[in-house]
Amino acid sequence: MLSFTFWDILSNLLLAARWTVLLSLIAFVCGGVVGLLVLLARVSRSAVLRKLSGYYIEAFQGTPLLMQLFLIFFGLPLVGIEVTAWLAAVLALTLFTSAFLAEIWRGCVEAVPRGQWEASESLGMTYFEQMRHVVLPQALRISIPPTVGFSVQVIKGTALTSIIGFVEVTRAGTMITNATFQPFLVYGLVALIYFVLCFPLSFYAKRLERRLHVAR
Amino acid sequence: MSLVKLQGIRKSYGSNEVLKGIDLTVNEGQVVALIGRSGSGKSTLLRTINGLEEINGGALEVDGEMLRPGHTNLRALRMKVGMVFQQFNLFPHLSAIENVMLAPVVVKKQNKAEAREVAAACLAKVGLADKEKSYPDQLSGGQQQRVAIARALAMQPRVLLCDEITSALDPELVNEVLNVVRKLAEEGMTLILVTHEMRFARDVCDNLVFMHGGKIREQGEPEQLFAAPATAELSQFVGSVAFH
Repeated sequence: MLSFTFWDILSNLLLAARWTVLLSLIAFVCGGVVGLLVLLARVSRSAVLRKLSGYYIEAFQGTPLLMQLFLIFFGLPLVGIEVTAWLAAVLALTLFTSAFLAEIWRGCVEAVPRGQWEASESLGMTYFEQMRHVVLPQALRISIPPTVGFSVQVIKGTALTSIIGFVEVTRAGTMITNATFQPFLVYGLVALIYFVLCFPLSFYAKRLERRLHVAR
Repeated sequence: MSLVKLQGIRKSYGSNEVLKGIDLTVNEGQVVALIGRSGSGKSTLLRTINGLEEINGGALEVDGEMLRPGHTNLRALRMKVGMVFQQFNLFPHLSAIENVMLAPVVVKKQNKAEAREVAAACLAKVGLADKEKSYPDQLSGGQQQRVAIARALAMQPRVLLCDEITSALDPELVNEVLNVVRKLAEEGMTLILVTHEMRFARDVCDNLVFMHGGKIREQGEPEQLFAAPATAELSQFVGSVAFH
């Protein structure tokens, strides 16, 4: 019988953790880009765009990420689009992230005082000029702590992609457990890896929050 | 020559009519104060003049730019009308000079070097040449309000609207702002102010407009208006305000 050293277990988990990190990064960047578009629709002057983006956000916030993954992974092949586990994971996490970020950022845009809109309006700026030069730069400052905080949710969310067979750190843990029969050790290490990834981010988010509260 | 002309301006919030047909003419170089109790509609009236409040009836004209109910393209009007607010509303992420430069660069497409020169001159005019690089939160209320005036001036407006611009200031900072306004008046700037500073209104304004219940009740030269109010509302109002 094969035997596994502690180092074997850890090194295989760390190799798989690369995919967790990569998936998180892609989901966060793509989700951020899509989220920005959804945000612009959400705070636009068009009632139709506001409504549609509202539905989009509600749909992704109101259903479990796991269901979104299943619907993409099992649903798209039904209409003739083959998706790999990797593509389904990226797609689902991007959509999920974009909806949450759009909603977080909407709160930040609305936190910019009305007087800022009035002052820039009275100077003759158009809506887009107001957004670009006055509102978004201020909203950006406010948004950094909650955005960094949310990135932790994205990292933990990637664990769900193990269920559709994407081999990231959770899936690797399951496979190694099946071979070593040491679930406590293996899953303990998996949890530790998540913690090492997430803790610095939430710590940083809290510090930013404190700092931006006192600064301009 | 008339610069600002309001005709039958009406404005309602739902079923509550706050402006009930206002006619007012302001000539070039005139300094006009809108006075009256809070709720009389004076701030709302001021805000209609650059389109911050949409009007429901009537028409207004500023230096040839017409505004009627339902108009949405207000850029041309707003380039002729500057506005200073009670709460300053400076852009907190920009330094004083960047606050003043922003609109000329973005709206008037001035190049940055030119805009910076104009902005520096505007800041010097309000006595803040040494504060170009300061951010709003590093300035006192009076300094912030003076930057706000410089910001409005940089667009070279034909008329400047001041909406209770000293009401949010500590008493000892009121005069530095009023002195700037006084200087603008002396230089011939057309000004329309909503103010509670009655002494300032009496000393500086050519014309006082007393509003009551969404209408203009009386108007005329300050001395005459204060000395001999024609209506009970105005004599009551004059009796209730202190000339500090």
